[in-house]
Amino acid sequence: MLEILGLLGNGFLVVFEPLNLALIIGGCALGLFIGAMPGLGSVNGVAILLPLTFLVPPTGAIIFLAAIYYGAMYGGAISSIMLGIPGASTAVATTFDGRPLAKQGLADKALTGAAVASFVGGSISVVLFTFFAPPLAHIALVFGAPEEFALMMLAFATFVGLGGDDIFKTVFSIAIGLVLSAVGFDIISGEPRLVLWDITGFLHGVNFLVLAIGIYGIGEMLWTVEENALAGGKSMLSEATVTIARTMSNLRELVGIWKTMLMGSILGYFVGILPAAGATPGSLMAYGIAKQISKDPDKFGQGAIEGVCAPEAANNAASTGSMLPMLTLGIPGSPTTAILLGGMVIWGLEPGPRLFTDHSEFVWGLIASLYAANLFAVIINIAFIPVFIQILKTPFTILAPIIFILCLIGGYAPTQSMHDVWLMISFGIVGYLMRKLDYPLAPAVLAIVLGPLAEPAMRQSLIISDGSFMIFFERTYAGPIMITALLLLFLPLFKIGYDRIRKK
Amino acid sequence: MLKTQHALTKMACTIGAGAILATMPLIGQAAWEPQKPVEFVVMAGKGGGADKAVRLIQSIIASEKMAPVPFTPVNKPGGSGAEALVHLNGKKGDNHTLMFTLNSFYTTPLRQPKLGIDITTFTPVARMAEDTFLLWVHSDRKDINNMADFAKAAKAKGKKWIMAGTGKNSEDNLLTDFLNTAYDLNMKYVPYKGGGKVAKELAGKNADSTVNNPSEQLGFYEAGTTKALASFTDKRLPLFPDAPTFKELGKDYVYYMQRTVVGAPGMSKEAAEYYQGLFKKVFNSKKWQGYRTKKSLQGDLLQGDALMSYWKKERDIHEVMLRNMGAIK
Amino acid sequence: MTVRTAELLMALMMGVFSIYLMVKSNELPIGWIEDEGPGGGAWPFWLSTVMLISCVGILFNWARKHGPIASSTRIYIQSHVLGDVAAVAAALIVTVGLFSIVGIYGSLPLFLIFYLRFMGKHSWRLTATLTILIPVVIFYFFEITLKIILPKGLTEPLFIPLYKIFF
Repeated sequence: MLEILGLLGNGFLVVFEPLNLALIIGGCALGLFIGAMPGLGSVNGVAILLPLTFLVPPTGAIIFLAAIYYGAMYGGAISSIMLGIPGASTAVATTFDGRPLAKQGLADKALTGAAVASFVGGSISVVLFTFFAPPLAHIALVFGAPEEFALMMLAFATFVGLGGDDIFKTVFSIAIGLVLSAVGFDIISGEPRLVLWDITGFLHGVNFLVLAIGIYGIGEMLWTVEENALAGGKSMLSEATVTIARTMSNLRELVGIWKTMLMGSILGYFVGILPAAGATPGSLMAYGIAKQISKDPDKFGQGAIEGVCAPEAANNAASTGSMLPMLTLGIPGSPTTAILLGGMVIWGLEPGPRLFTDHSEFVWGLIASLYAANLFAVIINIAFIPVFIQILKTPFTILAPIIFILCLIGGYAPTQSMHDVWLMISFGIVGYLMRKLDYPLAPAVLAIVLGPLAEPAMRQSLIISDGSFMIFFERTYAGPIMITALLLLFLPLFKIGYDRIRKK
Repeated sequence: MLKTQHALTKMACTIGAGAILATMPLIGQAAWEPQKPVEFVVMAGKGGGADKAVRLIQSIIASEKMAPVPFTPVNKPGGSGAEALVHLNGKKGDNHTLMFTLNSFYTTPLRQPKLGIDITTFTPVARMAEDTFLLWVHSDRKDINNMADFAKAAKAKGKKWIMAGTGKNSEDNLLTDFLNTAYDLNMKYVPYKGGGKVAKELAGKNADSTVNNPSEQLGFYEAGTTKALASFTDKRLPLFPDAPTFKELGKDYVYYMQRTVVGAPGMSKEAAEYYQGLFKKVFNSKKWQGYRTKKSLQGDLLQGDALMSYWKKERDIHEVMLRNMGAIK
Repeated sequence: MTVRTAELLMALMMGVFSIYLMVKSNELPIGWIEDEGPGGGAWPFWLSTVMLISCVGILFNWARKHGPIASSTRIYIQSHVLGDVAAVAAALIVTVGLFSIVGIYGSLPLFLIFYLRFMGKHSWRLTATLTILIPVVIFYFFEITLKIILPKGLTEPLFIPLYKIFF
């Protein structure tokens, strides 16, 4: 314990070198803006700015990238709340309640809540990281395909009931998301799959971002164009204002939901540690659980501040968590850490079990920088809230073309493929038409994120077990997770049955 | 009306001619150089082995100012590289598109003839390295210390012996098939996404063995979690002196993964020469050489016609291998 | 067109799409492979089947006029709104279509002029300012800072001097 504190102290000495401090602040600010762009999340931010880091020593470089990572995680919430467009899959759950809050003129409340929750999630997880790295690394290591599938089932189970009133349309939405997630390439059989109309662009699959920006960006904007036309050109994205008094009362309200944030942080951290899971399932599960434990679950989806804080705490905690397998095992827990890993290799650092002993200064400098980055990111974020609110007050007909343009570029940038831009516009128009018929679309977006994680894990497990489903129940970690998932899945059914019996 | 049209045509011609003149290297002027950012296509996803190498090359070119423009990596992992190949094939005569390839450069066109890719039309730039493969097991398997032990243990477990690898019909699958035939085994091949994941499955004992590249297992190997039994190379690797080659063990089998830079088909001669010179500089740079040593990479620099004949040879070898395993007819 | 008619058309269209997906999934084995579990086409095939069943369910509800949408006789998209939405959608399609011809810096200004001047009825001054300013900001942020090269089409040669200055 004392030894850890000593090492951490040395880490802080590294962080407070002027160059490193400047890199943290610069990285947080840059990350915030990259994360706030629809389409550009932490993955792109880190990948794109990787070459910039070759100008500074390795410790400074990883500090800069970690700051960008953190900043982008904060920033992701901004476009989710202001525009309803999740910049990255990690911020999808934030739109569910963040956007309704913004529409009610409470954008400032949602933005403050997201920033504070991110800070709580980041802080709790970095403390957990400091003291419990090695034993948790072991869990990450033994977590195999059956456990991954069980975890995905748990993620699905936690957000049943997120759909609309029409059961057929909800099921349709989940199914189409899962089918689209299978487009492209099947690694298990090594064959191209579902290359729709034999267009080569489908070989790389349907990117989550293309669907999300299509539905939430283009589709939502067309919806607003319609509302605007109905309102005689007077509509605005949000009419929030910021005053000190409002901010104080927002903060007071946040204190009241500390339990939700704590739950989100711890859950996010543990899910983040598991390789391949990353921050997205963590934030979805946090949202689902926040809804289930809430006294007023019907408020969720209509603008519940808990619905913003739970996933935001979780996704920041998970981004710290996913650094653990990266540093200790050399396995990325998320696409972003995969790139950080590449960076470390370029700087001549070998991630793996010996990194903590061989490059102790680097590791503890990084951990200390996470504390610092978290603090600076929340300060920068809160400082910018009035600016964001001001932007929202711009007349819709000025903001709309800018948002459309950002969507188009956001669809193009990650893969640099025109195919994806066309696909995004198609999703936008079809999504708009479906939304007018009350098709719930959030389940499709979630399904396209979880599908590619769930399907291979299921099939790998079945290959290992010669096709026996018992593999999901027999193993130490998979068993309990799977049983919890099934209980959660069937809980609503039991409830319905119970209510019927009581009524009789 | 006619007059203005005429004037316009004339103007367009003048501008066009000017543009041609401006882009044409005049006699005595400097040689060809890229004029806009060079698109560097990666046949694999972000964070994989090929992607890491590309980002390293990008940083070497940028930090040592070897080129006047940036090289921007674009990942096109779709369809085992099919998408990347189609993309490059569609860039005929383009002087600003390069691609970093793996062995799917041979296997994907063979397995998907519908794509209409002929790799001999691509411009050979430079083979930067050949990655090696070794056979790995977990260090807790105290009973397995050489290939004979391995064969015995794997045979005893039959199809319950799990070999993790990177996708069906991939390089790892070819090697697994070889081992199954050569040692009369019945190991079960389980495909995972990416070599890093495969390495972790072994370290976490969710698999019994793997055929990872050294770079993927190095972290676990150095920590004493996994050990290498034998290597699929010509000579023993300096990093793993205790792992004999299969040649030594009496099985004449060698397999490498190429790491090669390829240019678009029909790239101009001047541009091809420029990139060959550039990648020679990258190859000889301290950083690249250091990376090669550290990751135990083999294979000398190959360029131009030598590289082309290497491709043809390797393609024929892969064709035979794929046919033997029934992946193509 | 009423909402009720739109509901029918959408369900039919999605039903047809589901069938297409089922057929396409069938290119890989959709059954159980001995010792291996489901084949490569099974996941999308059976989920497309679920899509199809859902569509049948939606049609069933439509037939018995169950639920607010299936029984609604409101107009699906009112005519004075349709103009705006269709114009924006068409403008987006044209803009993206022009990307590969005149490049992003040719087509985005056109889109901005269309939207600001003709949809938003803003002054020419504001329109001109934003039309020039936004592409410049995009160029700086994406191409110079982040080195994401955007499509240029025919305007490519015009950028060569700029590359010389900035890189």
